[in-house]
Amino acid sequence: MSRLHVVSGKGGTGKTTVAAALALALAAEGKRTLLVEVEGRQGIAQLFETESLPYEERKIAVAPGGGGEVHALAIDAERALLDYLQMFYKLGSAGRALKKLGAIDFATTIAPGLRDVLLTGKACEAVRRKDRTGRYVYDHVVMDAPPTGRITRFLNVNDEVAGLARIGPIHNQAQAVMRVLKSPETAVHFVTLLEEMPVQETVDGIAELRAAGLPVGGVVINMVRPEILDETAVEIAANGRRAAVAHTLAHALEGTGFGGARHAGLAEQLVDPLVAQAREHTERLALEHRGRTEISGLGLPTYELELLGDGVDLAGLYRMARELRKQGVSE
Amino acid sequence: MSLDTASVLDVDPVLDNPRTRIVVCCGSGGVGKTTTAAALGVRAAERGRKVVVLTIDPARRLAQSMGIDELDNVPRRVPGIDSSAGGELHAMMLDMKRTFDEIVEAHADKERARAILENPFYQSLSAGFAGTQEYMAMEKLGQLRARDEWDLIVVDTPPSRSALDFLDAPGRLGSFLDGKFIKVLMAPAKIGGRAGMKFLGVGMSVMSGPLNKLMGAQLLRDVQTFVAAMDTMFGGFRTRADATYRLLQAPGTAFLVVAAPERDALREAAYFIERLAAERMPLAGLVLNRVHGSEAARLPADRALAAAEALLDGSLGAPGEVLATAPMETSENLDCGGIVDRDSGQAASRTVDAPGTDAPTVPSTPESGLPQPAPSGGSTAQDFTAQDSTARLTAGLLRLHAERMRVLARERRTRDRFTALHPEVAVAEVAALPGDVHDLAGLRAIGERLACQAAGSTTADDTAAGKVPEARAGTTG
Repeated sequence: MSRLHVVSGKGGTGKTTVAAALALALAAEGKRTLLVEVEGRQGIAQLFETESLPYEERKIAVAPGGGGEVHALAIDAERALLDYLQMFYKLGSAGRALKKLGAIDFATTIAPGLRDVLLTGKACEAVRRKDRTGRYVYDHVVMDAPPTGRITRFLNVNDEVAGLARIGPIHNQAQAVMRVLKSPETAVHFVTLLEEMPVQETVDGIAELRAAGLPVGGVVINMVRPEILDETAVEIAANGRRAAVAHTLAHALEGTGFGGARHAGLAEQLVDPLVAQAREHTERLALEHRGRTEISGLGLPTYELELLGDGVDLAGLYRMARELRKQGVSE
Repeated sequence: MSLDTASVLDVDPVLDNPRTRIVVCCGSGGVGKTTTAAALGVRAAERGRKVVVLTIDPARRLAQSMGIDELDNVPRRVPGIDSSAGGELHAMMLDMKRTFDEIVEAHADKERARAILENPFYQSLSAGFAGTQEYMAMEKLGQLRARDEWDLIVVDTPPSRSALDFLDAPGRLGSFLDGKFIKVLMAPAKIGGRAGMKFLGVGMSVMSGPLNKLMGAQLLRDVQTFVAAMDTMFGGFRTRADATYRLLQAPGTAFLVVAAPERDALREAAYFIERLAAERMPLAGLVLNRVHGSEAARLPADRALAAAEALLDGSLGAPGEVLATAPMETSENLDCGGIVDRDSGQAASRTVDAPGTDAPTVPSTPESGLPQPAPSGGSTAQDFTAQDSTARLTAGLLRLHAERMRVLARERRTRDRFTALHPEVAVAEVAALPGDVHDLAGLRAIGERLACQAAGSTTADDTAAGKVPEARAGTTG
């Protein structure tokens, strides 16, 4: 199976959370994963309730079931560039001179694509890194990647840069990174909600990735809500059986200690708002149904994570990781 | 509580004020920024202003709803706007490569322009690598403002990796252009490789080696040629970048930070607000999209859930009997998995749900999420079915309500945290819609919700205070 998992998704779909849950899921059974952040938001640190991550790999969690470990790294483009210069060209003082001149700023913020080359390059280096015994240091690397609209460009940047710099070390580096990204070692996953815009962006994003020859992994449908009532049921409650529902409601509320419900006519007043909420629910279900049909038309492995009503905390993250494993994400 | 102390953002005076010339909508991705910008444009136009909306990468259907499915960098009049107040709406999508090309064409002579446009380094730069979109959005804003054809420009900001990138863009470009690096880069090209190396001094002798090594001679040459060709334009770039930055600080500009009532989105919003203050940029307020409300807010989640459970397990006795197992506290910290877990086999059945199986015609099937309790004696079979399904129907309504109330409580907590940190920021809430917006009517409705805060914001207040919400039902919008 793939070792570099690139997690993308439209803003607001929970991309960072899913990437973290995936890193936890893949670390089970004594494995070691590296969770990489490239957008400088420190979202991983907040999720794991630790202080901001430095530019340094450090252990941040133990996998469910024990034995496995999740390490994390927030990649900083400027530091990564200086690293490279140091590693490949032994540019100790010249590196500092470059920085003084503003060349590093230029390279990481303005030079086309160099920033993205550095970020993907660092992740690929972690994927390929081996220890003295020849074993991979990380079994899996999970990247919390840029959003769907930019992912193909982000991953494909090395191709473009290899075309710009037709010879020399940048060319070679870009090509080496591209070989990893286009191999079956890599899988790009998309996180989506069952809403119109995220689903559309996912479909478009996958088509773009495929056109660029980049390996598509699976789709994670996040924040799925339980289906509680369907349309027919809601219409029956609203029309045919409205009186019976009002009566049952009054009885149930009184029976559970919500005193005076019947006297105040509370139950009667509650029926219409409750039915209105149920109608919104079924309307949403219909939209979700259309979204699911479109996602399943992609023919990709699909995973579903339900909405954590109180927001995602550490416990919720582990629950999501368990759920991903149960649905076979690590197989 | 803090909700009462937080001030309410009234967008109409901002939109109506003839001195407001630019409204910038910013915020993290996925919070409805583009929709908000479009809705404000529609509203301002129908209130009599001549408006142009500059969108960046809008969702296809939203763009179509405004009649701009072409990406041609030219503002187009949006049909279907009520112009009885004398306003009109124009809309355009940013084409960053076109914008960049236009700058080159406008500021360099023909030959030089061609040299730049054909340079491979330029071609990659202008096609949208990190940062270009931000520069070009600001450049376009400057251009639109300079044309002075519109009373009001509403601008949507790019979906940056950081919502702040567009603020930094002009400054970063300026500092780069003033930097020494560019002089070093330009030196060899100007000298043309002749015996001029000795004039370059220490800087270049340290630099030429590493740069050559790092970039490769050919790329370095491309970059140098590009920089040399751009040389005459740099002054103009810097002047315009500075002018745009000042434009953003001017009193005629209003920043609206857009967010959803979620932790990450509001954290970004708070960060943004602090940054705007540091840059002395005028903040009008926060637009909080997709806020949930309930007309039945006085029924707390735990009560609704207890009643639903009692109905389902058949333990409900005669009226007045109190269930010992029902939670009595008024806190709302119900475990979010609770509803599903207590629901026999429901979670398992949903994860394998194939499309097409979730629309049963009979409300009592397991797919509708209602477990079927075993029948007990005492009534005829038919009698029981009717009663039983009414019980389950009612339980379903109650469970949906409990779920809604939990969402409401979470949103409220998140919002209160923000308000506590930034009590000075005026807030406008926009109620959540079940679906996406893709026509003018939808945009109009959003604008209406945005403007009519008195009615819209009561739902959350009622939740906590336990007030009666019914009285307000008719006053919305």
